Amino acid sequence: MSVSESRGRFIAAFNERRAAARDGAAVWLDELRQAGMSSFAELGFPTAKNEEWRYTNVEAAVSLPFAQANGESKSFSTRDILAQGFVESGAPRLVFLNGVYAPGLSSTRGLPADVRAASLADQSGRDDALLAARIGRYADLRRNGFVALNTAFMNDGAVLVIPPGCRLAEPIYLVYASGAPQRPLVSHPRTLIVLGANSEVKVVESYIAVAPGGYFCNAVTELVGEAASVAHYCRLQREGEAAFHMGTLAAHLGRGAHLTASAVTLSGALVRNNVHVSLNGEGAECVLNGLYIGAGREHIDNFTEIEHVKPRATSSELYKGILDGAAHGVFNGKIVVHKDAQKSDARQTNRNLLLSADAVVNTKPQLEIYADDVKCSHGSTIGQLDPDALFYLRSRGLGSDEARSLLSFGFASDVVERLKIDALRRRLNDYLLEKFRKV
Amino acid sequence: MLDIRGLRVAVAGKEILRGIDLAVGAGEVHAIMGPNGSGKSTLAHVLAGRENYQVVAGEALYRGHDLLAMSPEARAREGIFLAFQYPVEIPGVSTTYFLKAALNALRKHRGQDELDAMEFLALIKDKLKLVEMDQALINRPLNEGFSGGEKKRNEILQMAVLDPTLALLDETDSGLDIDALRIVAGGVNALRGKDRAMIVITHYQRLLGYIVPDFVHVLYDGRIVKSGTKELAFELESKGYDWIKNEAAATH
Repeated sequence: MSVSESRGRFIAAFNERRAAARDGAAVWLDELRQAGMSSFAELGFPTAKNEEWRYTNVEAAVSLPFAQANGESKSFSTRDILAQGFVESGAPRLVFLNGVYAPGLSSTRGLPADVRAASLADQSGRDDALLAARIGRYADLRRNGFVALNTAFMNDGAVLVIPPGCRLAEPIYLVYASGAPQRPLVSHPRTLIVLGANSEVKVVESYIAVAPGGYFCNAVTELVGEAASVAHYCRLQREGEAAFHMGTLAAHLGRGAHLTASAVTLSGALVRNNVHVSLNGEGAECVLNGLYIGAGREHIDNFTEIEHVKPRATSSELYKGILDGAAHGVFNGKIVVHKDAQKSDARQTNRNLLLSADAVVNTKPQLEIYADDVKCSHGSTIGQLDPDALFYLRSRGLGSDEARSLLSFGFASDVVERLKIDALRRRLNDYLLEKFRKV
Repeated sequence: MLDIRGLRVAVAGKEILRGIDLAVGAGEVHAIMGPNGSGKSTLAHVLAGRENYQVVAGEALYRGHDLLAMSPEARAREGIFLAFQYPVEIPGVSTTYFLKAALNALRKHRGQDELDAMEFLALIKDKLKLVEMDQALINRPLNEGFSGGEKKRNEILQMAVLDPTLALLDETDSGLDIDALRIVAGGVNALRGKDRAMIVITHYQRLLGYIVPDFVHVLYDGRIVKSGTKELAFELESKGYDWIKNEAAATH
């Protein structure tokens, strides 16, 4: 199926569903979905002609004959899902199967009563002022066909609202598990995270596979940090080896708000992460971390865009890639400093380690600066393992493979250290030690 | 234990070692001295298995094995240890983790059980005292941000833990102040024994005041031009390397 046929198929599926259902959705939601669809009909899927998609061909991802997911798939255990998603046992969690909330796998025990942690589908029938005001406001559906598509098919996902002043020490896990043995499915999970003023939360959003075979997960997360809030957010991808993942995080930060947003990609046939952060309040601060590990023919594309809108905001970005086999990594880091954003401080670093001659990486910083009193720096490197370091380790008795794996682990370590979620960092470290040992 | 015969080694087509003969027996400590560029470090690296050296001629037998045919890790597992002149910094990997992995690779090779974290900790505590190192240091990334002295002490710590049969010390004294030199030499001396041989490579006689060798060899221009006992080191100290250079020039 060609890309344009695929586009037609998504449009037809939308019209069919709308005619059949009018599923009691609230007016705001119905209107938003329609806006998403009309934007998608106009934009379609991005092609290599679009500069922001130059190195990533989405044809394979979108032209499989996907069925719209409805929560099926039972070939897994709860324990597997939690282990795959790096979920601490007993921690609060919302679990979604192929885009549909699975209450039996979820638990909100331990959360304060005024924290809202719920499934969007359970809430979207109501005329909810908060949802109506927030959802669709931050992720730009006119810019990106995948965001438009997600908006058109938006049905379920996590809604997390932290009231002002509420500080949660322990992380909340959002797990999106995909895959069905019978046929390829497409799902469009939609997440909304709202932090009230002076609140604090840690969120781990895990995307995992529960069945072999292809699927397409088209996820959008919107995060709003009100004044002086603190959010530690990590998107973790352990997608299936034939899975396609298009993910967008759109974050808006108010005055003095802090966001650490990490993207950790451990597997997936084709993964694209869009991160858009708007530093909309004076003195807002964001730390972006990325770790992408590819092997075989995996393709991992990270597109980040940080907008300094108001003065005295800071951003610090560190993305690191380790690519083996014939894997392809892409990093495109855009920083825009608007005219009024004086005293902005923006730092960006991208480092890549190529473990094989066939691995490829494209890295591209992009700075647009319209203010005159700013500090901006960027740097990117592509390298191989240091032969001196390899010899040093081998001269102590470590085998060549073990020496390589230890150095790869070491390469990733500083970005792992920057994940401010202790439980996640521990699990990720264990996972990486094990993973590299097998390489 | 080690028998080097007619060893000629080139780097990028240029011959650095031009015929080395050296026999080292168990329990012996040999010092190899020489001016900069004489080939001392090349010899140490060739014996440890560094790639990018072409052996043009000759052989090196280690306990009867063809040493030059072995991989670096195989040599380490057979008991060879090189203390580096410039120990490499490895971010993200602690000395503890790395050294436990190395020791277990050696133990596995010898058919011994691998040590778990507790057993390893007990072992390393003793060895830390030997080089007067704080345990906090070995939980940090390997050599990263270590001072020159800390790096060299870490080399001797590794040597003590890995318990080699043949130790090669490459300019272990370089960049050390007198206190660090005393500690490092003390660590080395504690490891001397009748089953272990050592080759101590140094530019200066200073180290040999602390680690007293059984034999001293002078390497110049890729050849051992003079061999003797520890008195040779004192002679070099007073006369300088020009004496050797002039003598070598006269014979060739």
